[in-house]
Amino acid sequence: MSAAAEPRIAPSPGPGPGPGPGPGPGHGAAGPGAGPRANAGGGRSVPRAWHLIERNLFVYRRTWTIIVSGFFEPLFYLVGIGYGLGRLVGDVTGPGGTPIPYAAFVAPALLATGAMNGAIAESTFNFFFKLNYNRTFQSILATPLAVRDIAIGELGWALTRGGLYAIGFMAVIAVMGLVSSPLAILAIPAALLLGFAAGAVGMAATSFMRSPQDFDLINVFTLPLFLFSATFYPIETYPEAVRTIVTWTPLYQGVALIRGLTVGVVGPEMLVHVAYLVVMGSIGLWITARRLDRVLLK
Amino acid sequence: MSADLAEPPPPNAGPGAGPSVGPSAGPGAGPGGGLPGADLAEPPPPNAGPGAGPGGGLPGPAAAHAGAVRPGVPSGLASAARVFEHRAYQYRRAFRGSLFGSFVNPALFLMAMGLGLGGIVNARSPGAFSGVTYLQFLAPGLLAGSAMQQAIFESTFPVMYGLVWRRIFHAMYATPIGPQAIAVGTLAWIAFRLALVAAVFTIVAALFGALKSPLALLGIPAAVITGLAFAGGMGAFMATQRTPDKFSAIFRWVITPLFLFSGTFFPISSLPAALQPIAWLSPLWHGVELTRGATLGTLLDDPILTLIHVAVLIGLAVGGGALFVRNVRRKLAA
Repeated sequence: MSAAAEPRIAPSPGPGPGPGPGPGPGHGAAGPGAGPRANAGGGRSVPRAWHLIERNLFVYRRTWTIIVSGFFEPLFYLVGIGYGLGRLVGDVTGPGGTPIPYAAFVAPALLATGAMNGAIAESTFNFFFKLNYNRTFQSILATPLAVRDIAIGELGWALTRGGLYAIGFMAVIAVMGLVSSPLAILAIPAALLLGFAAGAVGMAATSFMRSPQDFDLINVFTLPLFLFSATFYPIETYPEAVRTIVTWTPLYQGVALIRGLTVGVVGPEMLVHVAYLVVMGSIGLWITARRLDRVLLK
Repeated sequence: MSADLAEPPPPNAGPGAGPSVGPSAGPGAGPGGGLPGADLAEPPPPNAGPGAGPGGGLPGPAAAHAGAVRPGVPSGLASAARVFEHRAYQYRRAFRGSLFGSFVNPALFLMAMGLGLGGIVNARSPGAFSGVTYLQFLAPGLLAGSAMQQAIFESTFPVMYGLVWRRIFHAMYATPIGPQAIAVGTLAWIAFRLALVAAVFTIVAALFGALKSPLALLGIPAAVITGLAFAGGMGAFMATQRTPDKFSAIFRWVITPLFLFSGTFFPISSLPAALQPIAWLSPLWHGVELTRGATLGTLLDDPILTLIHVAVLIGLAVGGGALFVRNVRRKLAA
């Protein structure tokens, strides 16, 4: 989508309460009629969004320990659950039905969960305060950046952070011998894809939120995902009916994808997982961009 | 970073809302930032609110004490009760959602970890938990662990609101309420919240069949003092801070490891032998052991050990509480 003409000018003075749901041609948001500069601006959306990533880097430069510590949290879980509890669990059924040590079973799930939770934390809680209370985005719109740059930039930042975690975590579990295939290197982009999907949907959801109390709702979704997506025990533990439901949840898709890669059992179903996450993220991003147009350009 | 935060505080992000952003009960921590608050680089806006800014109508300490000699000055205890009442009024708003969370979260955890994973654990290591199922082993661990997490949250953001963001403590101090009453009232409120959460947890655990003894009712006070053992110290620390930046570091480096390695999810005998004595240094381990003794009914098997656990936890709670009082007093008098 073309990021188009200056958003500052876009909310034309005339129509008061802002855009209707559908046709907001004056908004530079969408559509071929977005104005003469549409094409010129469109191609630069990603480089301009980079400024937002840079901004976030600056914000974190004094609190970089937050980012570093985020890398250790899954490691604590890996040692505690994977090894501590794993001694009592022994081997479990991995992808393809082969038994694998419990730590090797849990590690990819922790990578996936970390990617999802990290992206959601960034795209919901932090995003909300920037959107509603700190008015960070309103300030940004006073620069040449457009709404779409914000959406892409924020998501890009969340993914940058998630990517660093994924690389670090993969390096550690590879050293620990919890990875049994060179395909595991693909688990890093897979984790990013999951982060993209979760972050985009999280941002879309956040754009509808009105008070911090609505964040309780996010936990309502993420906690069951965290616990029941074949993260801590094989999906075969469930009865058939439950299994089908779990199969359709996003974290399960991510866990199955990443676990398949780290264990080295891949098949055509991997493409289904990828397609699922791509579609989910695209829908989330599309909703976010539309919502931000409405919220910010009113 | 505070340059980012120039807007008035959210109208309804008072302490009632602040902490409820975190896991309202139950260990909500997933790896990689499962706790939204723990990732908070850009916190809710600070003290720029109307009337809360410097010089924004806050009488200084001198003014407060000039007015302190009035008829009907409440006693220390009555003052603390006022502070408690203040929190209770705020909580009314978040009440339903938070109660729901404190019911659902433990239920989900017990279902996934206790039953799902527990099924595998029981089949593979039947003797690992001295005759009880993994569910029965896990439930008290989660109860004590989530009491700790809840207490940490409740003694972090409300203290920031009280002393920095909205200066509610300063406003209280402008009345006959003193710093001691403010700190004690805050801790009393935390104890009340912990009791509520622990009671709900106990009901859920009972429904799952995770309790073995009527002594399990004592698990509620055990969880409360476990939480209080952390609340005073955490509150005392936050009272010295101007931003909550260090909170996430504390959570990740201290709270999460304690949560995982204090005998909550697996017996510390599963740890390497060299590490096992370190568990004694973990206040949570004492809390978990005490709570587990209650729910399994083994509290009186070794009364000396039980007394040691109680003494450690109460000692930490009282010591931390005293520090909290001292730091709140210093900050308000400054």
